[in-house]
Amino acid sequence: MAEERTITLAHGGGGRQSRELVVEHFLNLGKKTDPRDLDDAAVLEAPAGRLAFTTDSFVVTPRFFPGGNIGKLAVFGTVNDLAAMGARPVALSVGLVIEEGLAASEVARVAEAVAQACAEAGVAVVTGDTKVVERGAADGLFINTSGIGAVHPKARLSGRNARPGDVVIVSGPVGDHGIAIMAARNELAGLSGLSSDSAPLTELAFALLDAAGEAVHVLRDPTRGGLAAALNEIALQAEVAIALDEDAIPVSEATRGACELLGLDPLYLACEGRLVACVAQRAAERALEALRALALGAQARAIGEVLEGPAGLVSLRTALGVERVLDMPSGEHLPRIC
Amino acid sequence: MEALEQIRNPKLARALLAEVRALADKLGRPQTFMEVCGTHSHVIARCGLREALGGAVRLVSGPGCPVCVTSVGEIDAAIALARTPNTIVCTFGDMMRVPGSESSLAAERAAGAQVRVIYSPMEAVELARRKRGARVALIAVGFETTAPAIACAARAALEGGVNNFAIMCSHKLIPPALDALLASGEVALDGLICPGHVSTVIGSRAYEELSRRHGVPCVVAGFEPADVLLALRLLLRQRLEGRAEVENAYGRAVKPEGNVRAQEAMAEVFEPCDAQWRGLGTIPQSGLRLREKYAELCALRQAGIEVKPGREHPACHCGEVLRGVLRPAECPVFGKACTPERPLGPCMVSSEGACAAEYKYGRLRAKAAEKVGASDG
Amino acid sequence: MCVAVPCKLVEINGMEGIAESGGARFNVRLDLIDEPRVGNYVLVHAGFAIQQMDEETARETLALLAEAMEDDGGA
Repeated sequence: MAEERTITLAHGGGGRQSRELVVEHFLNLGKKTDPRDLDDAAVLEAPAGRLAFTTDSFVVTPRFFPGGNIGKLAVFGTVNDLAAMGARPVALSVGLVIEEGLAASEVARVAEAVAQACAEAGVAVVTGDTKVVERGAADGLFINTSGIGAVHPKARLSGRNARPGDVVIVSGPVGDHGIAIMAARNELAGLSGLSSDSAPLTELAFALLDAAGEAVHVLRDPTRGGLAAALNEIALQAEVAIALDEDAIPVSEATRGACELLGLDPLYLACEGRLVACVAQRAAERALEALRALALGAQARAIGEVLEGPAGLVSLRTALGVERVLDMPSGEHLPRIC
Repeated sequence: MEALEQIRNPKLARALLAEVRALADKLGRPQTFMEVCGTHSHVIARCGLREALGGAVRLVSGPGCPVCVTSVGEIDAAIALARTPNTIVCTFGDMMRVPGSESSLAAERAAGAQVRVIYSPMEAVELARRKRGARVALIAVGFETTAPAIACAARAALEGGVNNFAIMCSHKLIPPALDALLASGEVALDGLICPGHVSTVIGSRAYEELSRRHGVPCVVAGFEPADVLLALRLLLRQRLEGRAEVENAYGRAVKPEGNVRAQEAMAEVFEPCDAQWRGLGTIPQSGLRLREKYAELCALRQAGIEVKPGREHPACHCGEVLRGVLRPAECPVFGKACTPERPLGPCMVSSEGACAAEYKYGRLRAKAAEKVGASDG
Repeated sequence: MCVAVPCKLVEINGMEGIAESGGARFNVRLDLIDEPRVGNYVLVHAGFAIQQMDEETARETLALLAEAMEDDGGA
């Protein structure tokens, strides 16, 4: 059996091995790059209008999990941050930090995943960097992606823009990614049947903006901390209150079942393929229709409304018709038996 | 199961709520019921039941939060285990952030100790099988619901020759604690909402002696909001009719005799002993320890660690909250020096601790009162 | 003090089984159950089934709960 090739410090040294690594794995991420064009920076035609620019780092383990992987997350995560500002992705960068000793086949797998995600999202990686660190200095592989996007002409989006009277809409069931990762990472209870919702949100965002334009005040993709974190942030930014209807928040059966088993709350678990929107009331129906016309938004629902105050407070109306606070998550969300 | 789904129908809960309020109004004075079980406290807070009930029914949280009643000394002992070389501590997530005298399991993990969160005790046994070179110590906290599962893990380890598996046994028993609480007379109680899943194991009959001796109505309840409301309906009817008996409102999961197999598993591996309860002091025969046959599994004995009296934070009033004497909002440090980010005691840490539940779910009243410009007592 | 959830038993292998809730599947130990049966619902706590749930009693409970709706005119 051939010895498994591994990544060594030489691969990060800038010399022959570095070049070999790049040429072997990183020249076809959404678009084919000729090795003769490997320069210090990519030069692009600037799109007309406003540019959005974002960056994100990805350190998830396990690197491959049901419904996704670190490569997919790295691409869609950045694409979705752009989408939340109403921007279509124009170009991505990828920076890798690889731990010495990682199998070369693992790098190949991740690169392939990035390439597939780029194809799905309609964007290419135009520039990148690779570093290799000593054993123990990184957990296998870390990815940073940055992205630039062209902003929709009608987009006037910011957490600060949420206004009393706005309808709060979510594009689909929440918590799927968070519970899938937790189950995969800890092998808790041998859970299976869960799947991350990792997906690019560009088309959803643009469908919303095409239908409702400036009536869309806020878009957000609720990642770490889940729906609760995203809404608490918006309430703080805009100095408004948000009142939700607990019954209206969509949660998939599998996620609900697994969360109940482990004593977790789906409202605090990450999504990687959902949009939360605050839309002026007059445009709410149109907005929902536009989302539901796409497969990814088929389960879109109105889940609450923005109120004057108390500023920063997010509340839930329970099944008993009483209101309780949906707090900003704090500390690690852990499974419990009690 | 269709019926289970139907029990979750919010319309049922709302209709029951109206009925319970009407029943409560018929009694001359407000009724005080204690929900013993921390998971009940959590459900009650989550669905806003206290607010919904209004003044005629007052719900007081009891000592049924195993993490909350685990003494500081025991937490320090768990931390000492985590600091022992070549030891991997396995714990349920609940215990991670509970403060000991100076640290917590979460803080120890951040400082480099091997601490793993598990869901099932069998995961700890599996880990021990895989990591033969280390001691794998399971922190066994919980009441009669959890003890049988730990007992099975102990049996599996012994039978499978997994001799690097160990248990720090900190289990406690509910009926003796209820007896002590009722005997103290500190809080006048009109009835008890008895824990549903403890009762699955010990049976609804386990409360008959208590109910008779103290003249207290007891109803075993399930965990849907409708289940808790059904229990309240039964408690209020008992009060109206001058009865004090044990009724089982969770028949789909609780039998009068309980789960005999589970009781046998517990009895094989554990025996009762005196135990120290945070806030309640030492209660005779209210804890469990490993029987002689299983004593070699005792993690503390293996590591040479003794449970010493720990130091509670001087400003911490968890004991009074656990006995039902203080409501969370009445604790002088609630929401001020003591918050979920910087908890002084377990009631604020444990997700089912009365204070954590109140903090997370109850602040709406205070905020609304602020807004109106009134001050809320 | 006990997070426990009714789940459907879908597979039995001696003392080990697989239970299912809403499409999520997970391991469950059956040491504490007399005569577990595939298709029955079990209450699962810390990875152990601690009781087989009684469907008939569940329906009786439902009927008791539903009384409140009749009295109330189904509000």
